[in-house]
Amino acid sequence: MSGQEHANIQENEICLTAKNITKVYPGTVALNNVDFNIYRGKVNALIGENGAGKSTLMKILAGVEQPSEGSIYLNGKEILLYNTRDAAAKGIGIIHQELNLFPNLNVAQNIFMAHENVKCGFHLDQKKHLETARELMGRLEQNIDPDALVGDLRVGQQQIVEIAKTMALQNLQVLIMDEPTSSLSAPEVEVLFKIIKELKEQGVSIVYISHRLEEVKRIGDYITILRDGHKVVETKVATIDVPWIIKQMVGRETLKIDKTHQVCADQELLRVEAITLPRVGGGYTLDRVSLKLRPGEILGIYGLLGAGRTELIETLMGLHPEAQGCVYLEGQKCKLDKVCVFKQIKLGFAHIPEDRQREGLVQVLSIEQNLALSSLKNYAKGFHIQNQVMEESVIQTIRELEIKVSNKKLSINSLSGGNQQKVVIGKGLLTKPKVLLLDEPTRGIDVGAKTDVFQIMDHLAAQGMGIIFVASELKEIMAVSDRIIVMSNGVVTGEFEGADITEEALVTASSIGHGTSKMKNIV
Amino acid sequence: MNKPLNIGKNGLLSNNVTLGMLLLKLRTFIALIILLIIFSFITPNFLSATNFVMMSKHVAQYALLAIGMTFVIVSGGIDLSVGSIVGLSGMIAGGLIYEGLVLPMFGVAIFFSVPVIIIITLILGVLIGAVNGFLVSRLNVPPFIATLGVMYMARGFAMIRSGGETFPNLIGKPELGNTGFPILGTGLFLGIPVAVWTLIILGIIAAYVFKKTPLGNHVYAIGGNSRAAELSGVRVNRVKILVYMFSGFCCAIVGLIVSSQLVASHPATGESWEMNAIAAAVLGGTSLSGGIGTIGGTIIGAFVIGILSDGMVMLGVSEFWQMVIKGFVIVLAVVVDQIQRDLQKKAVLQTRNAA
Repeated sequence: MSGQEHANIQENEICLTAKNITKVYPGTVALNNVDFNIYRGKVNALIGENGAGKSTLMKILAGVEQPSEGSIYLNGKEILLYNTRDAAAKGIGIIHQELNLFPNLNVAQNIFMAHENVKCGFHLDQKKHLETARELMGRLEQNIDPDALVGDLRVGQQQIVEIAKTMALQNLQVLIMDEPTSSLSAPEVEVLFKIIKELKEQGVSIVYISHRLEEVKRIGDYITILRDGHKVVETKVATIDVPWIIKQMVGRETLKIDKTHQVCADQELLRVEAITLPRVGGGYTLDRVSLKLRPGEILGIYGLLGAGRTELIETLMGLHPEAQGCVYLEGQKCKLDKVCVFKQIKLGFAHIPEDRQREGLVQVLSIEQNLALSSLKNYAKGFHIQNQVMEESVIQTIRELEIKVSNKKLSINSLSGGNQQKVVIGKGLLTKPKVLLLDEPTRGIDVGAKTDVFQIMDHLAAQGMGIIFVASELKEIMAVSDRIIVMSNGVVTGEFEGADITEEALVTASSIGHGTSKMKNIV
Repeated sequence: MNKPLNIGKNGLLSNNVTLGMLLLKLRTFIALIILLIIFSFITPNFLSATNFVMMSKHVAQYALLAIGMTFVIVSGGIDLSVGSIVGLSGMIAGGLIYEGLVLPMFGVAIFFSVPVIIIITLILGVLIGAVNGFLVSRLNVPPFIATLGVMYMARGFAMIRSGGETFPNLIGKPELGNTGFPILGTGLFLGIPVAVWTLIILGIIAAYVFKKTPLGNHVYAIGGNSRAAELSGVRVNRVKILVYMFSGFCCAIVGLIVSSQLVASHPATGESWEMNAIAAAVLGGTSLSGGIGTIGGTIIGAFVIGILSDGMVMLGVSEFWQMVIKGFVIVLAVVVDQIQRDLQKKAVLQTRNAA
């Protein structure tokens, strides 16, 4: 069916449409001329890889962010949304991906925040709040006391409160759900689907973002796919299948990296046995995760947001002393409960954190100071830093990683994202690691820099380093990794090597175990 | 307190946990009662009516400041300008009574009646609070710095107002129609000082606003998660400004009461009183990271600080040791607070797992 035809048939059913939306952030274009239609009383699924621009688009529709260009029409009339109040007044509600709750307030207060019922203009009608909250919990089939503090609830229950919040909105026309099921158990997901059905019958249009394609197949009516900030396609869900969605999501062109490294198949560099990390809200962030890494091997770790990938890396780096399990580096055991980052670096771990700006770099320091930060004591004699030795190492690293720097004394912010990332990698390499832990090293950097990063990884592996590489983009992880482990909800759900690595296999494994027994509250 | 954590769902020991938790929650109140008992045993005259009137006036000063401070701290901020605003409001009120509003270009001085002076002073306090709020919310200055700056400025203006001198003898003159100012500080109504009545009325209003109005809810929300508050449609900036304005209002009241008590206003009045206000709020269970705190707790905290200071003075404890003891009590309060929160968290986990 052609797009033209489509538009003609469906026009009167469109509730909200966003036209030519462009959103530019410093350094990146999050959305590029995107059109998005929301059909009345339907579930409009929005699909794309991490960073494709889904959440940004939704934030614009909910008034959280303003588009750089483009316009939004509600029921055919153009609307301007300056903040969330505007959006709420027009009947647009959103369930954010990350929970937006007040842990210090109770369930009822959270649900009615900023649209309280009042008597005489100022007196809170708490009785009504508690009653309505109890009623909503009843509709959601949850046994949650409306008087309970939200901070005391487990994550899944908090998600329910977040959903209840939007259900309490009057005149709801459009409800945006950004990964609403990411922390729900299977029965809770069923309840949510029932609620979605009810809302549809009431004429509420739903935007549903999820990485779980089976869910989308099940409840979606329309589907829009985004890739790299562009709209790829919009169609009816009934006409398509999951492999087709994956193909659209990932795109056709493949990434080609010349592999020069060789895995030493018979040796073992790192062995991780049954790492377990309890979650604050109950359950586990990491549940008995085990893996092996060989010298010269690039091990990819794939999974959805919240699968536990970052936490695994952080645990190996000694950032979670509450974790249990054994880690062997070159056969030597290191105790997880007594580790700290300092010791792990000394042992031979280097960490490239996910959030380059916040965790990887010190903004106020120069390029040189950032590069030398982890390895300062190598240049010190006693407590005196020998500038010359430091400069030599820094210059060598800059040359090896081909960091484009005019002057190493300049502020780190003078570099592009890709070169900043190389500085973070360089900082790690200067500690002379045996194991390199890379957490989403290609996030927010351009294609050229991405290829550079992959080539650096390949070089390092060729020198015998073991690399663990966390990524969300299928194309990248498939191009670079020798072996891929898939995680879901803190559990390893698949391990693939060589020809077994296919897009479908990875996607399927990444949604295994969702909504099963993960909330078994054993702490 | 560690042992009962490992035990079963609803055994006897669980009740001990709840009892222990209750005691912990009421710790400041218990401390207050213990203080009262100790002092009344070892200090003669401690329980006398005159002493009580005097102590209650001191407590009222601390408590009034601490109420405003509690709003600010619960919203996630801090107000260091409290003491200076007390000083400045005292100087403004004192000056208006002593020399009137001098208009050099006309060569006259206008004298206002006491109620008008009180209103002018209160408005001034609110305006200084608004400056704090504006700096913090609109210009994004960290609360510590913004209110530190305003603290110096207000103190400076207080000094400038009189050139560092005291405005003495604020009785007013019948022919000018501005008598009656001392009633605020020394007057009694039904045998209770006017200052204490002010505290009771303001305390009730503040507690009501905090717990029963959307505004109070929004203050808690901003302190708990300001991003979420913004996304929920709470007018974060407006609420923040209101909170600092209220704190300024409380300061102005205290400024009036203090200069009325002394029948004079001195520009250095209220130095370091912000620390007493913060201490009272913290003793009362307010969390400096925001989102947690009650007016009732703060008032009890103010009682503890006030009675501890006065009691130690009466006991003849050296001024230096008084400081040490006060500091120790404040730190202890926060340590116990942390322990209580940890225990509470564990208890919640436990019940959740049992369910």
